[in-house]
Amino acid sequence: MLKDYFIFSVKNLRNRKLRSWLTMIGIIIGITAVVSLIGMGQGLKTAISLQFGDLGTDKLAVQASGGFGPPGTAVVKPLTKDNLEKVKKVSGVKIAAGRLIKPGKIEHDDHAGFGYAASMPDGDARKLIEEAQNLEAESGRLLKDGDKGKVMLGSNLGEQDAGLGKQIVVGSKVLIEGGEFEVVGILKKLGSFILDNVVFMNEEDLRETLDVPQEDYDIIVIQVQQNADIAEVQQRVEKVMRSERDVKEGEEDFTVQTPQALLGQVNSILFGVQLFVYIIAGISILVGGIGIMNTMFTSVLERTKEIGIMKSIGARNSSVFSLFFIESGMIGSIGGIIGAVFGVLFALGLAFIGKSLLGSDLIRAEISPWLVIGSVLGSFALGSLFGILPAIKAAKLSPVDALRYAK
Amino acid sequence: MKGTIIKLDNVWKIYQMGEVKVEALRGLSLEIKKGEFVAIMGPSGSGKSTAVNMIGCLDVPTKGHIYLDQHDISKLSESDLAQIRGRKIGFIFQQFNLINTLTALENVALPMLFQNTDRETRLKTANRLLELVELGERMNHKPNELSGGQQQRVAIARSLSNDPEVVLADEPTGNLDSKTGEIVINFLGKLNKEGKTIIMVTHDANVARHAQRIEHLKDGRVVKRS
Ligand SMILES: Nc1ncnc2c1ncn2[C@@H]1O[C@H](COP(=O)(O)OP(=O)(O)O)[C@@H](O)[C@H]1O
Ligand SMILES: [Mg+2]
Repeated sequence: MLKDYFIFSVKNLRNRKLRSWLTMIGIIIGITAVVSLIGMGQGLKTAISLQFGDLGTDKLAVQASGGFGPPGTAVVKPLTKDNLEKVKKVSGVKIAAGRLIKPGKIEHDDHAGFGYAASMPDGDARKLIEEAQNLEAESGRLLKDGDKGKVMLGSNLGEQDAGLGKQIVVGSKVLIEGGEFEVVGILKKLGSFILDNVVFMNEEDLRETLDVPQEDYDIIVIQVQQNADIAEVQQRVEKVMRSERDVKEGEEDFTVQTPQALLGQVNSILFGVQLFVYIIAGISILVGGIGIMNTMFTSVLERTKEIGIMKSIGARNSSVFSLFFIESGMIGSIGGIIGAVFGVLFALGLAFIGKSLLGSDLIRAEISPWLVIGSVLGSFALGSLFGILPAIKAAKLSPVDALRYAK
Repeated sequence: MKGTIIKLDNVWKIYQMGEVKVEALRGLSLEIKKGEFVAIMGPSGSGKSTAVNMIGCLDVPTKGHIYLDQHDISKLSESDLAQIRGRKIGFIFQQFNLINTLTALENVALPMLFQNTDRETRLKTANRLLELVELGERMNHKPNELSGGQQQRVAIARSLSNDPEVVLADEPTGNLDSKTGEIVINFLGKLNKEGKTIIMVTHDANVARHAQRIEHLKDGRVVKRS
């Protein structure tokens, strides 16, 4: 019986093709947005987790931040060599490394590109960074202490289509902000858009080439001693930094974070973005639902006579209700299915473009079957929900009045 | 002696139209026996449709009683009325009242769907009934592809699909020319011979002629029997 009701509903939808499609658009857009954005967001989360993943739980990062003051007046006060020296002495700190990360221009074979240059510290600190960032040479070797006029490049820069003319190989000469450097190594792929495009050079070289003041650092990476409590070390570092930079507690112009906390921060930003997107998608779905309700009310009105006829040949209120209820549920689920398909295609398309255009693995789609099933079921529920009132209205029509209704 | 199948006992129907009350039926009483072919005649607005609708369980009286097969149906709920309507009554209307999105076959099968008849039986029965009204060739046509006379024959077939005891025809020839009207009435006559009770509303004396007897209505009351 149910099957026949379905067939009947399909006939009715087909009969009003244009209106059915128009009604579905709201749902389609909403579900497309939800599916593609959840898929992308999930992919982004995974990508970020992968990148931060091997940083380990025994490291801290100190960074300068906006600090306390009226909005707009905050100028980030860089970290300093003194800061680094003091941090090194904090109990529980095994190694501390200061790093510079600066934007800059790279030229090769008469082609130019812009990216980031990152400094490598000397000694034990170099090991720390290499380990923390998983730096390994794909070809050539890593930088070492005393390498002057030498750079190692993120894997993307050594690719055929890096956009820097002829492929850069070990031994190639590149210009960084006008200064000539020899490439000693190309790194293995790290799977990070940023890291894979970075030019690494020793600290001295970077200060000279990019004109960075002798005292400045952008970030201090700390390795904590094996048996030390990382949270306690973090507090001690914060205390030292506060007195160093002469700020009160709660007004810090720096942050000391574990990579986990950083990851948490990224996730919470992501969550914020996703929440925003969900709200937009939710509104569009809600509007879609109201569209379904509106269409169904119109349909009930138009088919008043038909309802009267059906009642006169023995249709019960429940049968009439079912017919309209199924119809709106069907608008919802068809819209949901189309939206889910679009959403998947959209997410995969974006991921593909991201990969081929930017070489980034950050933009990736992760679409679980539950996401698709859930959104289709959800839109079915939505259609049904918003179809209830029109269906009740149809069911409650008095047969005589409905039959007398002139079209 | 055949039993009474329908009995109206002092039935009143008052419609409230905002401020005004319309007394469509004012103490209508009549009795119809099983297997009869009765015509109801009367001027427009005399309450013919109202009476037929109540016999067909589409509406309930304001006052008075209606008995169908000795059961008082004047106080039943909508769902009980729908049940009786579906099983015991077949309707034929002046405007044919077919569902335009469905084919002739589907229209005839629809009342059986509402009685939860299985698909195979529905199609078989609908097929047979369309053959009966000589529309075997037009089964898969939609109503707007059929002439008025053909549509009314589909409606006749549909009215029979749950094998009702009573067929109610409210001005079945009202939208047809006299020749096609004649054909339709002949089908009703044939049904009557096969044992169906038929109540037909008309204001055309030529059409009423086919009935065994005529109830004349005026102002919601029977004024003459012939
Ligand atoms: N549903 C209704 N609401 C209000 N008035 C109605 C309704 N049905 C019928 N009437 C009124 O009742 C009277 C009888 O109508 P009806 O039974 O249709 O007459 P007939 O079929 O003999 O032409 C008319 O005055 C009509 O306007
Ligand atoms: Mg009438």
